[in-house]
Amino acid sequence: MDKFSVFSSRLVDKSENFTSGHRACQGCAEALAVRHVMKALGRDTIVAMATGCMEIISSPLPLTSWKVPWIHNAFENPSAVISGCESGMKAMMRKGKIPQKKINFVAMGGDGATADIGMGPLSGALERGHDMVYVCYDNEAYMNTGIQRSSSTPYGASTTTSPAGKVSIGQHTQKKNMAQIAVAHNIPYVATACSSFPFDLMDKVRRAAETPGPAYVHVLSVCPTGWRIPTQDAIKYGRLAVDSCVFPLYEVINGKYRLSYKPYKKLPLNEYLKGQGRFRHLTDKEIQLIQQKVDRDYERILRLCEEEE
Amino acid sequence: MATQRKGIEVSIAMADAVAQANVDVIAAYPITPQTHIVEHLSEIVANGELDAEYVPVESEHSAMSVCCGSSAVGARTFTSTSSQGLALMAEIFYIAASMRLPMVMALANRSLSGPLSIWNDHTDTMMVRDAGWIHIFVENGQECYDNVFCGFRISEDPDIMLPLAINLDGFILTHMIEPVIYEDNETIRKYLPDVRMKNALHPDNPVSMGCFAMPEIYTEAQMSREHGVRNSYPTIVKAWQEWGDLTGRYYKPVETYRADDADYCIVTMGSYGETAMEVVDALREEGEKVGVVKIRLWRPFPFDDFRKAVLGKKSLIVIDRAISFGGPGGPVATELRSALYGKPGAPTIVNYVAGLAGRDVSRNDFKNIILEGKAKAEKGETDGFTLYGLRG
Ligand SMILES: Cc1ncc(C[n+]2csc(CCOP(=O)(O)OP(=O)(O)O)c2C)c(N)n1
Ligand code: SF4
Ligand SMILES: [Mg+2]
Repeated sequence: MDKFSVFSSRLVDKSENFTSGHRACQGCAEALAVRHVMKALGRDTIVAMATGCMEIISSPLPLTSWKVPWIHNAFENPSAVISGCESGMKAMMRKGKIPQKKINFVAMGGDGATADIGMGPLSGALERGHDMVYVCYDNEAYMNTGIQRSSSTPYGASTTTSPAGKVSIGQHTQKKNMAQIAVAHNIPYVATACSSFPFDLMDKVRRAAETPGPAYVHVLSVCPTGWRIPTQDAIKYGRLAVDSCVFPLYEVINGKYRLSYKPYKKLPLNEYLKGQGRFRHLTDKEIQLIQQKVDRDYERILRLCEEEE
Repeated sequence: MATQRKGIEVSIAMADAVAQANVDVIAAYPITPQTHIVEHLSEIVANGELDAEYVPVESEHSAMSVCCGSSAVGARTFTSTSSQGLALMAEIFYIAASMRLPMVMALANRSLSGPLSIWNDHTDTMMVRDAGWIHIFVENGQECYDNVFCGFRISEDPDIMLPLAINLDGFILTHMIEPVIYEDNETIRKYLPDVRMKNALHPDNPVSMGCFAMPEIYTEAQMSREHGVRNSYPTIVKAWQEWGDLTGRYYKPVETYRADDADYCIVTMGSYGETAMEVVDALREEGEKVGVVKIRLWRPFPFDDFRKAVLGKKSLIVIDRAISFGGPGGPVATELRSALYGKPGAPTIVNYVAGLAGRDVSRNDFKNIILEGKAKAEKGETDGFTLYGLRG
């Protein structure tokens, strides 16, 4: 059953815990990812969310898109807030102040909330070993405030604070590898996922929630507004990211790597980059250099996965 | 009911009180002079004397964030910090109040950098004066111990639901060994029963907390906070009254000492009150008609109590422990001036900023301040402030 669910849409929970009517841009695959994640988690979940697109679009007072208990506190602290929720519930249940119940404690944030400003709190929460899941929705920039670069913005992307210019390629630093940073905390479960592969994503979120202790899921979330692509192409670009091996899908369970998906045919990087406004300025030579880096990184992941077989 | 009188470090007594209050979550980060409180708490938890989660966070920002999370699920929550720690958590300190999350903080008051200093004054707490917390100032070890229970009782009251800070002077109180009367657990249970917070985060009753506000609702949200803090006053008074009825130790928003017939009063907040009383006793012997007014409740500010205590006096000599650079004077004096402005019978105010970063203010200094202040008042020199004891 476990494996079948990856293939069968009929086995997916029909109820929506993150409901429609929110204010995300047309074609937002980050909102789609949230929806998938919430389907996988179910109702017995408490969500702590960082400031960012997903928080703003889902909670304009007095409205809410959330059917589960949900708390937003600040930009950098969902991991600390959920640490508190988990600790409080644990203590109260142990002391008999409230009845025992299995609850998923889930923190969520964008790439800025995760890889930049909230890195310390996240690292602290993972290190302390709370029974929690952290989901990072990586749209590769600070979208909520108008497409500024983050440390998760890929090399060569033009953003409003890393604009391509006469003497600049745009973002001139390499994308921070958050999944690997999570792995370095020796936590029991880490995975990468993408909302263009919804069943794989839901499967991983479920596994993360079932894992006792901290789990980290890094979700590539296509943002048509920030990537400057047509709104109807968000799913396509998620697939291209995975099929060109820019964003490989894998799990690390108790330190063991497992590749989730091997493209039938590895697409050239250009397939993924072309058509995205944020990469429009790149020359063939520059793309070639980036391709070499993608190849090296992908081979490294393959090696790690093979080692474990 | 059995009470026990102990000679004990104030920080330890405070930690013992937190354990007696049966808290569920403690999240804190070490900073002098608060450390003894949280060290002792972690010891109590490690020894199984208190069943609680001690969350050893990686920063004060996370300490306050953890406290928000645990309070949001309805757990009884305690934290403690000082100075730079408070500054680091200031962002979340405000949010805790705006989300109406009950918790108690022992705020061991210390100066803010820079220059770096670990010693006591009130610059840290004045930074968060307007955050929407309830602020109590205590004067000695017993008050620290007692106000932990009163603090939780007030903070968690369904009509209040606000975080509460107990301001205690760093070192002057935290590191002092004092006689403290401990109440037995039965008394504490009676006064402070476990409560289940309404609308706590739980899957059985999903709520959304911390939603964002457009301009058409932000103003109303702020007004509701203003009501929340201001209207907490009667509950605070009642909680203190009931504590007094149980233990014989009564607290009031504004307390006075030999002030009834005084022409001049010295106004203090925190541990300076003790010294001020001694000095006033001595000055009374010399025939000076002086008294002490102590402000215990800083937020919500007890306007009526304060005015009742001072209207008709000639002058107040207000000691501030913080400075407002380029401003009208110390924060306390500034507020008191505005509380009295235009009121018939309002005394004038002479403002001293003293004891910054632990600079000792001795009995003799108090005497100087009172007499010098009185002379200034008589000459009408009541503008601005004087930085007492400035060298060079
Ligand atoms: C302390 C603090 N600094 C800055 C901001 C402004 N801010 C709000 S959301 C955001 C960017 C969010 O980016 P990300 O986490 O990637 O989420 P996205 O909106 O892209 O989903 C910024 C900079 C803030 N709210 N708080
Ligand atoms: S800016 Fe991007 S991530 Fe934010 S709501 Fe719009 S499409 Fe979604
Ligand atoms: Mg982002």
